[in-house]
Amino acid sequence: MSTLEIRNLQVSVNTDAGAVEILKGVDLTITSGETHAIMGPNGSGKSTLAYSIAGHPKYTIVGGSVTLDGADVLDMTVDERAKAGLFLAMQYPVEVPGVSVSNFLRTAATALRGEAPKLRTWVGEVKEAMEALNMDPAFASRNVNEGFSGGEKKRHEIMQLELLKPKIAILDETDSGLDVDALRIVSEGVNRAKENNNLGVVLITHYTRILKYIKPDFVHVFANGRIVEEGGPDLADKLEANGYADYVSK
Amino acid sequence: MSLLATNYLTPTGREEAWRFTPLKRMRGLHDGAAVIGDRASLISTHVLPAGVTFVRESLEPLAESDDVIIERVRGFSSNVAHLSITANTEVGQPIFLGRSKGALDTAELSRVRISLGNHATATVVIENTGDTVLAEDLEISLAPGSSLTFITLQEFESQSVYAARHHAVIDKDARYKSITVTVGGDVVRILPTVEFIAPGGSAELLGVYFATAGQFFEHRMHVDHAVPHAKSRVNFKGALSGRDAHTVWIGDVLIRAVAEGTDTYELNRNLLLSDGARADSVPNLEIETGEIVGAGHASTTGRFDDEQLFYLMSRGITLENARRLVVRGFFNEIVTEIGIELIQERLMDRIDGELAKAGA
Ligand SMILES: Nc1ncnc2c1ncn2[C@@H]1O[C@H](COP(=O)(O)OP(=O)(O)OP(=O)(O)O)[C@@H](O)[C@H]1O
Ligand SMILES: [Mg+2]
Repeated sequence: MSTLEIRNLQVSVNTDAGAVEILKGVDLTITSGETHAIMGPNGSGKSTLAYSIAGHPKYTIVGGSVTLDGADVLDMTVDERAKAGLFLAMQYPVEVPGVSVSNFLRTAATALRGEAPKLRTWVGEVKEAMEALNMDPAFASRNVNEGFSGGEKKRHEIMQLELLKPKIAILDETDSGLDVDALRIVSEGVNRAKENNNLGVVLITHYTRILKYIKPDFVHVFANGRIVEEGGPDLADKLEANGYADYVSK
Repeated sequence: MSLLATNYLTPTGREEAWRFTPLKRMRGLHDGAAVIGDRASLISTHVLPAGVTFVRESLEPLAESDDVIIERVRGFSSNVAHLSITANTEVGQPIFLGRSKGALDTAELSRVRISLGNHATATVVIENTGDTVLAEDLEISLAPGSSLTFITLQEFESQSVYAARHHAVIDKDARYKSITVTVGGDVVRILPTVEFIAPGGSAELLGVYFATAGQFFEHRMHVDHAVPHAKSRVNFKGALSGRDAHTVWIGDVLIRAVAEGTDTYELNRNLLLSDGARADSVPNLEIETGEIVGAGHASTTGRFDDEQLFYLMSRGITLENARRLVVRGFFNEIVTEIGIELIQERLMDRIDGELAKAGA
């Protein structure tokens, strides 16, 4: 059992006009096996939360804490956070020219497992992970995310999730840009990871559609840099019907 | 050939062609002060395949040169190391040339010719290693329909100086692909130059270089489209790391008025891995006719992309390994063009080593 605890997290980003505060005190606790959906308007700070937990250098932590089973996440380098068991499926996965998917995956698996996976079992493992997400095996020899379509990038993220077996995963709009079949395939991948590894999931999304496949235990409404309401799955339906007007009162 | 007295041509550093080169570190190659040693270092390191000969003989230069050092080399010697591939021969295995012993207290002035007969095909690799002060006039003659892949590896020891022109003369429908790799030496100045003498030829000049603290590597291209319907591509990638690492890339491409149907593109990318390093990159496209297929150039100099490093590290990869992956990835496109596994691996290991040495 693992627990990711976010307490009063305050984050700013540096701009030409000085530091701009984006997260204004976020509290959230995720435990293994749980699925938390986060929904909220554009620009409310959802990706900022995801990136801050993963340690993106662009963001400055102004206050608060993030711990994983008591260990101070904010004190870790980006790779240490991954080694501790955190995973971020990015809203905009990055292209890395000249680095093949297979080389990337093997390097990552080696780093996370502490030893290079045995070549024979590894090839099968990758092939299986790709097939499970309906990815052409040819992707293994392509460069990381280079020229991938939007949906292919998202499948690639979830394939990594299955291969790298984190404890807690943050999925930042993984459902955006997926066609109906891909949405189901990707959701099944997430559900497999939940089942096989008792994964805890933070699911950032704009649509209730994915929540039909990945059932959330909790739904959080995110607005203006903080969580403004929490509820069960039915809250998502309410949001879909009414929008965020109630939460972004100025 | 120029008839000017060579001392008249001694560069001062103010000339366009010499404005970046640290003349003080040229060990007298540029001003005639170097003591010429008695050595002819280029050797064949493997058994020569059938249809290939390698002999020393007296040859007139193939083409004019306006480079002072090349003039000095030619003034000094008519003796040329000549690698020749017989017409209609397809040499499957790469032909390897290398260096016998060099020296730092004397200089070598070397002339080399590589010639391919009609419709001959070959890959030639020159492995430049060791301690040396070497000026080299290397000319390549490609007969109609021939095809050469020419790989030079500058893996000199740290005090070496190498000043050379690698000049290809491309006849009708001949294909020339060069891969110039420069990773070792104190001062390396190479002029990869190309001259089309009949239509239908193609030239692809590729290169990688990695300069660390104090090293100076200059690659000064010149592609002369003097005939119609020839195609050229230039793509050089460099990395720099450490104090006073300095690289220069000049891409002079001339499309003469007669050169209708020319298709050319040149590209130089530099990766600055630390402060205190300097990459000069000067594309220069001169177009004298509008009747062309295409002409373009691009030049970029940048640092590590934070987003790339973050993405890799978010998968557990350490900063050091993430940098290594990104740098290998940066060079990969060109290194794989070498097509010789052993050399590719050696080169990538060397690049890893340079990166580690620089602590970047
Ligand atoms: N460099 C910056 N300068 C100014 N504002 C910035 C900068 N970087 C981020 N922001 C702002 O931070 C806010 C939060 O952005 P974030 O990406 O976290 O939103 P989001 O909730 O993920 O939105 P979306 O639903 O559109 O993905 C936005 O208003 C954004 O414009
Ligand atoms: Mg977002």
